[in-house]
Amino acid sequence: MSKGLVTGNAYTLGSIEQGEPCCEAVSHFSIRDLAVSYQQETVLSNVSLEVYKGCITALIGPSGCGKSSFLSALNRLSDMVPGAKVSGDIIFEGENIFDTSVDVRTLRTKIGMIFQKPNPFPLSIRKNLELPLKEHGVRNKSEIESKIFDVLHSVGLWNEVKDRLHCSALSLSGGQQQRLCIARALILEPSVLLMDEPCSALDPISSGIVEEMIQRLAGRYTIIIVTHNLAQARRIANYAAFFWMTERVGKLIEFGQCRPLFESPQHSLTAAYVSGEKG
Amino acid sequence: MIDRCFTFIIWLTAGIVFLAFGWLISEVVVQGVGKLSWSFLTDEPARSGREGGIYPIIVSTLLILGTALVIVIPLGLGSAIWLAEFTKKSSKRVQSTRLILDVLAGVPSIVFGLFGYAFFCGFLDLGFSILSGGLTLACMMLPILIRTTEAGLTAVPNDWRRAGAALGVSRTTLLWQVLLPYASPAITAGLLLSIGRATAETAALIFTSGYVDRMPESLNDSGRALAVHIYDLSMNVVGGDKAAYGSALVLIIMVVIINLSANALSEFWLEKKINRLQ
Amino acid sequence: MNKSVSQTKDIDWWFGMALSLLMGVAALLLLLIIVFLTNEAWPVLQGGSWAQFFNADGWYPLENKLGLLPMLWATLAVSFGALILALPLGLGSAIFIEYYAPKFIGKPFSSVVTLLAGIPSVVFGLWGLTKLVPLINNIHPPGASLLAAVLVLALMILPTITLTSRSALSSLPSHLLQNSAALALSKKSMIIGVLIPSALRGIIGGVLLALVRAVGETMAVLMVAGNVVQTPTGLFDPVRVLTANIALEMAYATDNHRAALFASGLLLMILVFCVAWIASRLSSGETNGYD
Repeated sequence: MSKGLVTGNAYTLGSIEQGEPCCEAVSHFSIRDLAVSYQQETVLSNVSLEVYKGCITALIGPSGCGKSSFLSALNRLSDMVPGAKVSGDIIFEGENIFDTSVDVRTLRTKIGMIFQKPNPFPLSIRKNLELPLKEHGVRNKSEIESKIFDVLHSVGLWNEVKDRLHCSALSLSGGQQQRLCIARALILEPSVLLMDEPCSALDPISSGIVEEMIQRLAGRYTIIIVTHNLAQARRIANYAAFFWMTERVGKLIEFGQCRPLFESPQHSLTAAYVSGEKG
Repeated sequence: MIDRCFTFIIWLTAGIVFLAFGWLISEVVVQGVGKLSWSFLTDEPARSGREGGIYPIIVSTLLILGTALVIVIPLGLGSAIWLAEFTKKSSKRVQSTRLILDVLAGVPSIVFGLFGYAFFCGFLDLGFSILSGGLTLACMMLPILIRTTEAGLTAVPNDWRRAGAALGVSRTTLLWQVLLPYASPAITAGLLLSIGRATAETAALIFTSGYVDRMPESLNDSGRALAVHIYDLSMNVVGGDKAAYGSALVLIIMVVIINLSANALSEFWLEKKINRLQ
Repeated sequence: MNKSVSQTKDIDWWFGMALSLLMGVAALLLLLIIVFLTNEAWPVLQGGSWAQFFNADGWYPLENKLGLLPMLWATLAVSFGALILALPLGLGSAIFIEYYAPKFIGKPFSSVVTLLAGIPSVVFGLWGLTKLVPLINNIHPPGASLLAAVLVLALMILPTITLTSRSALSSLPSHLLQNSAALALSKKSMIIGVLIPSALRGIIGGVLLALVRAVGETMAVLMVAGNVVQTPTGLFDPVRVLTANIALEMAYATDNHRAALFASGLLLMILVFCVAWIASRLSSGETNGYD
């Protein structure tokens, strides 16, 4: 998938490697006029953008500018936050996810999510993967086994844990826990992965491993990743969206292909941010 | 010099506390241990309890506790789960429920006894019975159990609720598979603490489960709880002191075992939480 | 336009429904207690006749004189007396456990205190009645007195004060200790000048909790206080507190007498409510961090 592999440390600036170019831009998500508010206080307004199938879209910008709010609107996890209101339209696979006919739990099986802090359940490694499968009606033992094998392979965890699937997931290292969480999201065969700073709570080495894995997953999955690490965004993303806060409300300033956005930004704020002058 | 004095005062305080409690405990043990024997635990009381054993009283105590638990466990756990997992914290209804709980958690047990006497014994016509006593105890335990269970559940990290939601797992499944097992030591500790309080209870039972020291034949019979037995022996039976101390020793041993297991469970749970942080 | 509500009636809906039913039953039961007590007390509350509780000279239920004041004073005297005694001892023990005791003493000492918090009140009463009362009787008859009640009750609420003060002290940030050590303060000045004031809210909370327990205690006080209805004038007077009055007379009370007992139950609830309210005001002040 990716040609020049980024090795090891995520804190050094690697070559500007975008993976496969997304030649045919097929829209997966269309977001129109999205606004998010908590307790009547608007934190994000007027966001419209397209997320393309099989590509990695990076959301960049300083903290507090609404990137995470944007992300959690995409799988309606914002429903869980008391006092949160989302308006606008999000068309996902031809359907508005805010329609009353949409079943949220089915929607969330199609859109996986990875959080900043690894959050495996306090169960065994196997149970962590079984729980979502059983919840969504997969009961056949051999089918479960083969799916567990597949996803652990995809995240490169199989060889590390194959002998201790019955051990507590909390006994794994931070990086392993995060990869298990990714495996847990993959096991439901989603088409999209939402990632909220998946590497920021990890040490540099684990962070590198996870980053490399994300690159391998691109193409098979549409990936939307929030990151504070500009170098990382540059390395792995095909598209980038730059958010900024004006008058205490988060706004989308610029959106486009990753390389042009970094090398010849259209907006002065973007230029200042990617060059490190602001933020 | 002043510092020395202060140190001395602190050690003195601790010494006084230790001696006072040492006196109390050793008195109970010394006076009670002579009475304690297998036959004391398995015989019927004789001569108003001065002689014989406390078998029917232990049975009544357990029956009263059992009745209370049958009522309070589903009501208490259900309510606590609802408060912790299925409500918005800010809603008016939830806040007023909490207020009622807080007030009732502090209400003196004799007031619960008053209510039980008027409502269960009188209004519902259950009379002085194990059933009335158990129901009254259940009312008393309910606020404590709800608060401890709710605290146990709210202490479970929110990460797992979000992870579950993001996987499309229902709250119900998540609750049974992840949240309740994780919080179970805290919940059990809370349950044990309220059982400990109920076992020690006297005031709420005098006018609800009554004084009869015979073996109860059904839940509609009156039954004398161990704490009530001690009260009766020491206040109303001349020469009942020895038997009272014997019963007190049995009661203390029961309560200490219950509370020790509650403490051990809480500590286990705390360790579990700390391990997760690392 | 609110789009955050899902209308599908799935398993969560049904389970939540079942739970809210349980909560409803529990809340009703608890509400019932308040309503029922008020209802039973109504004959002596209606039309301003509750004023007799504070006007009537003494408690002679058979003559329809229902003055609660002597017993209210006795309740307050016993509770605050116990608190005055238990506070220095309880706080001292907490300081002992946290800062003075060597490890091999501190740990067993604190677990003993924890266990003492669970000792049944009737056992305290038994001990007070058979050991303490005869002892006081030697000094000044009759023995069963305000003093006996204060001593027994002080012992009962002491573990509460120790445990809450201790947890308030141990949750103080460690930099406080280091800072004051860096200022070369003596251990005494450090504890009195820095640590106790910083943990004051927690300690007061514990004291209020102990006060609630003291006001509500029935059996232990009933067994040692002598139970004569009179306004206490000295430590050796036998007194009767509100809770004990209920326990002693409930069995045979009828009509207005009975209603008055329920009213005194309500009065106890109001006392407890006031203390709980103060405690909650204190703990809510804790969160915003001002003053």
